[in-house]
Amino acid sequence: MLARIQVPSQARRGEVMTIRISIQHAMETGYRLDDFGRAYPKNVIHTLSCHYGGKEVFRAEMGSGIAANPYFEFYVLADQSGELRFEWQDDSGVGGAERATVQVVT
Amino acid sequence: MSIGIWCAVTPWSSHSAESIPPIFSISPPASSTPLAPLGRSGITFASPDIRQLQADNFANPGMLWVTRGETIWRTPSGVKGQACASCHQDAQQSMQGVSARYPRLDTGRGTILNIEGQINRCRQEQQATTPWVYESADLLAMTAYLNYQSRGMPIAVTIDTDNRTQWERGKAIFHRRQGQMNLACVHCHEQLVGRKLLTDTLSEGHGNAYPIYRLEWQTVGSLQRRLRSCFNGVRAAIPDYGAEELLALELYLGWRSSGLTVEAPGVRR
Repeated sequence: MLARIQVPSQARRGEVMTIRISIQHAMETGYRLDDFGRAYPKNVIHTLSCHYGGKEVFRAEMGSGIAANPYFEFYVLADQSGELRFEWQDDSGVGGAERATVQVVT
Repeated sequence: MSIGIWCAVTPWSSHSAESIPPIFSISPPASSTPLAPLGRSGITFASPDIRQLQADNFANPGMLWVTRGETIWRTPSGVKGQACASCHQDAQQSMQGVSARYPRLDTGRGTILNIEGQINRCRQEQQATTPWVYESADLLAMTAYLNYQSRGMPIAVTIDTDNRTQWERGKAIFHRRQGQMNLACVHCHEQLVGRKLLTDTLSEGHGNAYPIYRLEWQTVGSLQRRLRSCFNGVRAAIPDYGAEELLALELYLGWRSSGLTVEAPGVRR
């Protein structure tokens, strides 16, 4: 599953980093009907999480109300050099992951 | 009420196109190379939040298609195992400004090639593989990727003796009343520019930001998808994707927006 992430490659200790992620996904609500009146099964990314240095720093739980191609912007306090790991999964069991390393300087 | 009386009071039968003062008008070109009138890009009619979303290269959802297009560019396809990059190398250099010159006339066959047509021509003739259908994820991604390489460059579709006939045809379609609404493109997109159509502001109808991410569509769509929905809007028969009628109209629109900068991938409501 295609996603784009934006993480600063370098940050000062104690700095608040802006993290952005956007994922290509149709986010099928389950309320849309086809030509025969049957509902397209609901298929949305239900969970998105971000771990920083092994610790969970962000989690989002989504439902039918979130638009297609979800985009998130959140803030993380830079305290150690390490990896930011993003993971997500949709209702059909398909998921994805992205990672980025940030170097923290004093 | 009889049909005859109803017809007599039909507003559009007595309403001529000339009764609405034009915002700007296109006079028939005297020379064989007509000059395009410089207009206003559609984004200038959009709300501040939409303008901001288009300008932000990360948040702009169309950039997901650009990213996908970049992957396809490097991925071999077809029996010969050739990728786009096998011939064209680095798209950032080789494709710069290319799509700003489309649609163009395919002089060999006498037909109009838009950027989608050119991509599929390459797929069939160079990569020996199947063409992508309109609005498929791959074709939209490749179109977005190619047009993105011309971002910020002026559209340069010129009319000469070769493509003049097709341009005339596109121009006629642009000025032709059609559908149950009995409206031509020119009524909304030249004579009523800046006025409201439901909650949207009518723009000049330039295609310089295509393919666009439309919030209503929740996805990226081609210029032909937009044109088809305008045909639907005036309750006219909708031409098929890739129809000659749409290609001629695309050529006319390309000429008409010449000088405006490419903004792909655009964002609209």
